[in-house]
Amino acid sequence: MSGADAKSWDRDPILTVEHLSMHFGGITAVDDVSFAVGCKDITALIGPNGAGKTTVFNCITGFYKPTEGMLTLDGKDGPPRFLERLTDYEINADARVARTFQNIRLFPGMTVLENLMVAQHNGLSRASGFSFGAIFGLGRFGIAEKEAIDLARYWLGQVGLLPRADEAAGSLAYGDQRRLEIARAMCTRPRLLCLDEPAAGLNAKESDALNTLLQAIRDKEDTAVFLIEHDMSVVMRISDHVIVLDYGKKIADGTPGEVRNDPHVIAAYLGVSDEDAAALEARP
Amino acid sequence: MAYFLQQLINGVTLGSIYGLIAIGYTMVYGIVGMINFAHGDVFMVGAFIALIAFLALTAIGITAVPLALLLVLIIAMILTAVWGWTVERVAYRPLRESFRLAPLITAIGMSIVLQNFIQIAQGARVKPLQPVVTGGYELFQQGSFSVIVSNIQILIVTTTVLVMGGFWLLINRTALGRSQRACEQDRLMAALSGVDVDRTISLTFVLGAGLAAVAGLLYLLYYGVIDFFIGFVVGIKAFTAAVFGGIGSIPGAMLGGLIIGLIETFWSAYFTIEYKDVAAFSMLAIVLIFFPTGLLGRPEVEKV
Amino acid sequence: MRLADSGKTLGRKLSSALGDSLLAATIAFALFSLVLGLRTVDSATGLALEPRPALLATVVAIVFFGRLALNLFVWQTDYPLTRPFAKLFTLEPFETRDEVTLALAFALGVLGVAAGVLFQETLYGLLGTLMLAFIGIGLLRRAIVRTFPNLPYTQVFVAGGILFALFFPIVSYALESAFNLGLPLRYWFDLSILILTYVMLGWGLNIVVGLAGLLDLGYVAFYAVGAYTFALLATHFGLGFWIGLPIAGAAAALWGIILGFPVLRLRGDYLAIVTLAFGEIVRIILLNWTEVTGGPNGIAGIPKPTFFGLPFSPFAEGTTFSGFFGIHYDGLHALIFLYYVILVLALVTNLVTLRLRRLPVGRAWEAMREDEIACRSLGINTTLTKLSAFATGAMFGGLAGCFFATRQGFVSPESFTFIESAIILAIVVLGGMGSQLGVAIAAIVMVGGFEALRHTAGLQAIFGQEFDPALYRMLLFGLAMVAIMIWRPRGLVSSRAPTISLGDASAISGDLVRQGRG
Repeated sequence: MSGADAKSWDRDPILTVEHLSMHFGGITAVDDVSFAVGCKDITALIGPNGAGKTTVFNCITGFYKPTEGMLTLDGKDGPPRFLERLTDYEINADARVARTFQNIRLFPGMTVLENLMVAQHNGLSRASGFSFGAIFGLGRFGIAEKEAIDLARYWLGQVGLLPRADEAAGSLAYGDQRRLEIARAMCTRPRLLCLDEPAAGLNAKESDALNTLLQAIRDKEDTAVFLIEHDMSVVMRISDHVIVLDYGKKIADGTPGEVRNDPHVIAAYLGVSDEDAAALEARP
Repeated sequence: MAYFLQQLINGVTLGSIYGLIAIGYTMVYGIVGMINFAHGDVFMVGAFIALIAFLALTAIGITAVPLALLLVLIIAMILTAVWGWTVERVAYRPLRESFRLAPLITAIGMSIVLQNFIQIAQGARVKPLQPVVTGGYELFQQGSFSVIVSNIQILIVTTTVLVMGGFWLLINRTALGRSQRACEQDRLMAALSGVDVDRTISLTFVLGAGLAAVAGLLYLLYYGVIDFFIGFVVGIKAFTAAVFGGIGSIPGAMLGGLIIGLIETFWSAYFTIEYKDVAAFSMLAIVLIFFPTGLLGRPEVEKV
Repeated sequence: MRLADSGKTLGRKLSSALGDSLLAATIAFALFSLVLGLRTVDSATGLALEPRPALLATVVAIVFFGRLALNLFVWQTDYPLTRPFAKLFTLEPFETRDEVTLALAFALGVLGVAAGVLFQETLYGLLGTLMLAFIGIGLLRRAIVRTFPNLPYTQVFVAGGILFALFFPIVSYALESAFNLGLPLRYWFDLSILILTYVMLGWGLNIVVGLAGLLDLGYVAFYAVGAYTFALLATHFGLGFWIGLPIAGAAAALWGIILGFPVLRLRGDYLAIVTLAFGEIVRIILLNWTEVTGGPNGIAGIPKPTFFGLPFSPFAEGTTFSGFFGIHYDGLHALIFLYYVILVLALVTNLVTLRLRRLPVGRAWEAMREDEIACRSLGINTTLTKLSAFATGAMFGGLAGCFFATRQGFVSPESFTFIESAIILAIVVLGGMGSQLGVAIAAIVMVGGFEALRHTAGLQAIFGQEFDPALYRMLLFGLAMVAIMIWRPRGLVSSRAPTISLGDASAISGDLVRQGRG
């Protein structure tokens, strides 16, 4: 593949995953998976239960150390970052990869606004002379805090939670909590936003709002979106690029249209008879 | 070599006592996920009950040592078990579904209550007991040093092994053990499948207290002197043993008890007796740094 | 028919109450038969037993009748007798039967007081006074809250408390010198200094446990490090309190970092036990490293702080405080000065904590308590954050220790046992984790009540001369810990105040706030 033929994610990738493998004891959860995530795309990672999606995700976001493989984040703002060499918090602080969690992890006893302020910790901390300086009036914490509040306000507006800024995050409804988690991740000003099943548990209306939000993030912010999703309607509607895993291996990679018609994918999702499987194996 | 062997014997004896107490900590932790801080003091109450029962039996004329010891063991186990049950009922059950630190504070409160209750009821003076089990065997002699295993040491290790064996059967072969393990895994699910959770937890405390009473009696016989404060130091070491072995794991508690007993004995024998506790606690810190969940503990998987 | 029915239910209630009480009495008998019913006494031939059947019978009877009364009048009835008393502290309207109960209780209280005054029945007098005080305070509170429903009571209360703390020693001293009232000022000041020390320790530990959610059972170690650092500096190098203070704080913070570093990756109860072990290690070293620490004898001769270089001394070697201001020397001056020193130290602890809560590090502490994994996903270095909490808490512990050393003039390992850590932790948890106000109230209630018991001669009058209140106060302290925790598992003040808001933020319910897993 070269020239005009090349896909957008191969031409202009933000994240390149090469030969990623992950073993737990004797079990191989991810087996030699390679793909690229485009910097202007919404990329979806799909696959049946137990396909290894979450493991790939946790390797990228630093919660697991991969057994083998290279995860390179393209370095527009400096040298490329090798994610597998960074420790957990550096993935966000240094490589600017943010994530959300499948079972929402907010700070339930803090207000919505406080949640977004915590997300801007590193910048604020430097501006306040690592906090202890600010006790003695060092640093320019006042200005930085105003800017942080403005950013928080902007994202609260984007996710429609501005009226609830002073409520405890734990008291929000489920759908609001999901959107707040995305807003919180965006407040770290990420280059790559990783979402772990963002539509899980949402009703149709909330799901639509989520699609709009993700498209807005792709189009207006300098942030690529990478998500795991079960809900095919979401995936097919908003993704630019779909990667399919099954039993820890990549079985398809392409635009939603290409993937939808791929016999491997259909087999993986619907199950196949033995003869069909043999026929599939025989294909190039 | 002879000196080493002697210390090994002493260490195993001490470790047996720690192990018996450690099981009480580890069982409660496994099932309710709290540090039962008062457990060391339940052990102390057990030792006092054993002492008083022994004196009372002597007073009414039961002086045959094996019979007296057996009776004391039974009385101490039953009465201490009632103490264990009461502590759970009064201080922990009302806070069962509460916040993590609340039962820890009531546990510390109960520990203070038990210590001071015994101090008021029995006085602050140390309580000596004439040696009951005497004599021993000389294993061999090396130079002027002879390796002796005393009868009391044999009694302690044998009792521990027997009690542990019975306990092991109870946990692995009976409905009680099954309900216990069910409650450990998932209390709500256990309740839904018909396990009486309150009763299981109560029985866990009763069992733990019973084992602590055995340890109390053995401690009394071994050292021949107790006071109201022994529960704190011995309790902390037994808890250290439980954490060492991996809290929640019953074989781990026994192993941890043995290791703490050995560290303490060898440190006292070869280095300084004053710093034996420092040695035990430092070992704990070092082990935890390399095995964050103890030697035999299940590794805690951080689910994301 | 209805009568027969209610007779039947009454019978059933009575028999179930009796059964329950009998069971409780049996358990009490099993519990106390040996350890209370028989007392070991020293005799010529070793230990002997002294039976105390009367005492045992009394205790079992108290359990039986107490439980019976509770069953009949509180637990197994449609109208618990405790309800009107609980209502006293709400704004619910009284029913007629509430009023009757309260009136009867009031009458009983008056009778008790009368018995106390007329027949020297101190016990009844005391109980009657307590009853009257309880009802009186409740009614007064209801009246005030009803009349002024919109006052910011918490702020008024806090402001009143601070004003009281600021002026109490000066005003009482002035009154005493002017009118010679014979007030026990020395005792008052000693007690308030003690309480303030615990308030400061509580606030210091609150940073670690309440904000960062790290369970530290060895906090007393930092208190000890601060105390011994100053004691050694003062006795070996002649350093004064004001120079020693920052050094002691820095030393404690340094130890916090050194010890925190290896252990902070441990979680939950593993962290708790290692901090406990560390506290014990420090105490054992202090006890046995005789060449440096003086072993069990400790270090004596630690100088008192000076008032900007002016010592408090009756002798006119150089200029003294009394000499400089031209007033008579009074031992209380030094005490009042110490009071203000610890008050300022405590208030500084509080202000720094309140400020830090609104700064990034404080928010990171609280976020870490809420969810550590989420913190890491947001780029927060949780190891550093934990370390900063540990070190900040340790520093305040060290400052308090330095003050302790100078106040006592003497330090020994005895002051730094695990029970101190437990008391400080209890103050934090009982107060309501994270709440500065709650911690202060808990310190006053626990330490004040505890010390008051030691000095109350009244109890001796009630229970006879051989009654030693000091013996019972620890027992009562433990019981109080259990009772308060069961009554309010989240502590006295459980809500959390937000640190920033767009509009007007209200306090967050304690049920949403997590307690951390570390």
